[in-house]
Amino acid sequence: MDTATSIIRASGSAQTGIYHYDALDREYLERRAEEFREQVQRRLAGGLTEDEFKPLRLMNGLYLQLHAYMLRVAIPYGVFSSTQMRKLAYVARKYDRDYGHFTTRQNIQFNWIKLEQAPDILADLAEVDIHAIQTSGNCIRNVTTDQFAGAAADEIIDPRVYAEILRQWSTDHPEFLFLPRKFKIALTGSAHDRAAIKLHDIGVLTTRNAEGEPGFCIYVGGGLGRTPVIGVKIREWLPVSDLLRYMEAILRVYNAAGRRDNIYKARIKILVRETGAVCFAEMVEQEFASLSGDRFNLSPDVVQAISARFGAPNFATLAPESPAFEKAIVENADFARWVSTNTHPHRMPGYISSVISLKPIGGIPGDATSAQMDIMADLADRYSFGELRVAHEQNLVLAHVRKDDMLALWQELQAPGIATPNIGLVTDIIACPGLDYCDLANARSIPIAQRISERFADLARQHDIGELHINISGCINACAHHHVAHIGILGVDKHGQEAYQITLGGAADEKAALGQLLGAAVPAEAVPDLIETVVGVYLAERSPGELFIDTFRRIGMAKFKEATRDGQR
Amino acid sequence: MANAETVTIPTALVIDRSGQPVPNAWTTLAADAELPVSGPVILPLARLLAEPASLALPGGIGALIGPEDDLGTLMPLLAKLALVAIAFPKFRDGRGFTQMRSLREHQGYTGEIRATGHPLPDQFLNLVRCGVTSVDLPQGQDAAVWASVLKLHGGLDTRPVAERPLPLLRRLAVPFAP
Repeated sequence: MDTATSIIRASGSAQTGIYHYDALDREYLERRAEEFREQVQRRLAGGLTEDEFKPLRLMNGLYLQLHAYMLRVAIPYGVFSSTQMRKLAYVARKYDRDYGHFTTRQNIQFNWIKLEQAPDILADLAEVDIHAIQTSGNCIRNVTTDQFAGAAADEIIDPRVYAEILRQWSTDHPEFLFLPRKFKIALTGSAHDRAAIKLHDIGVLTTRNAEGEPGFCIYVGGGLGRTPVIGVKIREWLPVSDLLRYMEAILRVYNAAGRRDNIYKARIKILVRETGAVCFAEMVEQEFASLSGDRFNLSPDVVQAISARFGAPNFATLAPESPAFEKAIVENADFARWVSTNTHPHRMPGYISSVISLKPIGGIPGDATSAQMDIMADLADRYSFGELRVAHEQNLVLAHVRKDDMLALWQELQAPGIATPNIGLVTDIIACPGLDYCDLANARSIPIAQRISERFADLARQHDIGELHINISGCINACAHHHVAHIGILGVDKHGQEAYQITLGGAADEKAALGQLLGAAVPAEAVPDLIETVVGVYLAERSPGELFIDTFRRIGMAKFKEATRDGQR
Repeated sequence: MANAETVTIPTALVIDRSGQPVPNAWTTLAADAELPVSGPVILPLARLLAEPASLALPGGIGALIGPEDDLGTLMPLLAKLALVAIAFPKFRDGRGFTQMRSLREHQGYTGEIRATGHPLPDQFLNLVRCGVTSVDLPQGQDAAVWASVLKLHGGLDTRPVAERPLPLLRRLAVPFAP
């Protein structure tokens, strides 16, 4: 029995692809749950003020929203098992209103939580090795990565392994739990950026140097919010062994020098801007040089040990092409349509990754009922080695499906309403919870998403329009990343009324760009018409096969402004 | 400076890094209070820099560092200091953690590092991991709560900071045993 197999068996789980906990990991989670139970008791007994309790509950994922507490549960780098999914369904059923909300940071949120029950939920989650640690607060948050990690054909390294290493390094890091502000790291294992790394406090892009050795290119200071900034490169190539040492150096410079006088200027992007990228990079390099290379060395055996904990799916040896799959595509137009949008190439012959849309027409983006969660867990067991992923677009992924099984899978997705063939299309809308839940929001996001989705419900039309990303944030904090959407929608408060600003031309991939303002904010009921007009300009102007974003880049803002001017008065 | 508004601050209760109350001989002097004839006494960094003669005070001298203070200016004095007090005027301001680790790991400081101000018992383990040796408890805090936090996390790791493993990754130093 090889090491990976013995670990997977020993952990009592059949699933591969998730990081398998051992007794020490479990003991740690139980202790954390116990610690939080004691903190809640101390708070309820008056031993902690709300001011003192707040950062402690935030570090355990518990927010106070408009109507109730919200618990944000970590799904590290978006990968989880069917067993864990069933437990999330259980939590939704027992403690919430029978549903959960998958987020743009590859986590899940429960919106109707009672403070007194939070410790019980954490204890329940700990039973299946999940937690809510550092999903909020001014600390290093869940490290996010590519939803096709370990499956994508273009991968240089498996980013899950390094994201897990960063998770272990940042969890309970004694020095970095009380940073000036929250801190987000994204990592991608291929040169194609599927993790929006330039929009994070630290972005890690895997590259090879001139000698062909894999390493990391490091960006800092990206982020959205009220001051959207694209990250800047501060290290062209970092050896794998120096990853933690370099992270430690960046965080130390930020913790010491980041602004603490103004919450809106406390993110690392402001420090980088005020210091200057060159000077900031020098400060990091200086700190890096003074840190012990031995102590922070990420040795190959550590990488190997972490890697072994994931195990490898026991892929069958298959022919690259599946006649049954090809035949179904030819014979079934609906299936063909779903395959054209909801799949991604796999590195193994005969396999393919499939995306489950959580964006039904007129639905709430990212929401799943407990019944749907249970069904998806069963499908993961039967079709994808018991493993699931959350994509930052708020959809789910079954990463390793046999092409031979795709038709059967698609048929099973119909009844629970999760077979919408719209990944990357105009109705695959990313939306924050908005004013329906969040006390920071200026405006509602969900109903806007629902109205646009209904307006573009016709599938043939959606597929004709092609790839088009719409993101809706209910306030300037930009949880839905509206700045980097092809069409961004921002809820604002206009003389006490909810209103919406539209931006065009943003992008979150390796050509990351911030959207430009189309015009004055409009009321909610005008948004679908405005979007329709914008899409109309694209359809009239596009060259054959040209995507919305490419047409925009070619023709610029003028025609869009001209066409929408009347609607904005 | 964190405590500029007070004169001489009698320390209420000091605990060591295992959470046990310990006798405390140190007093903290405000920026404008008169220097006593002997220590042990803790002076704000600015005053130490302005009056280098105070470093020779019999009985021991310590420095009080606020989050805004530049540790670089402290370095030439470090060999003469028996104690460095790191102030946490707000528990949410985590700069003190970096200051502590810089003292221990970059400067090799081996004297006493004391946390003062308003740290929370829930931060005790982090303080210890960053190199703290004593905590001057905020008024009204119960030493037993501090000790219980440490107990919950499996007690005190007595190894020097630089030899202590990185969080969680320490498990990889031992063979995998389910």
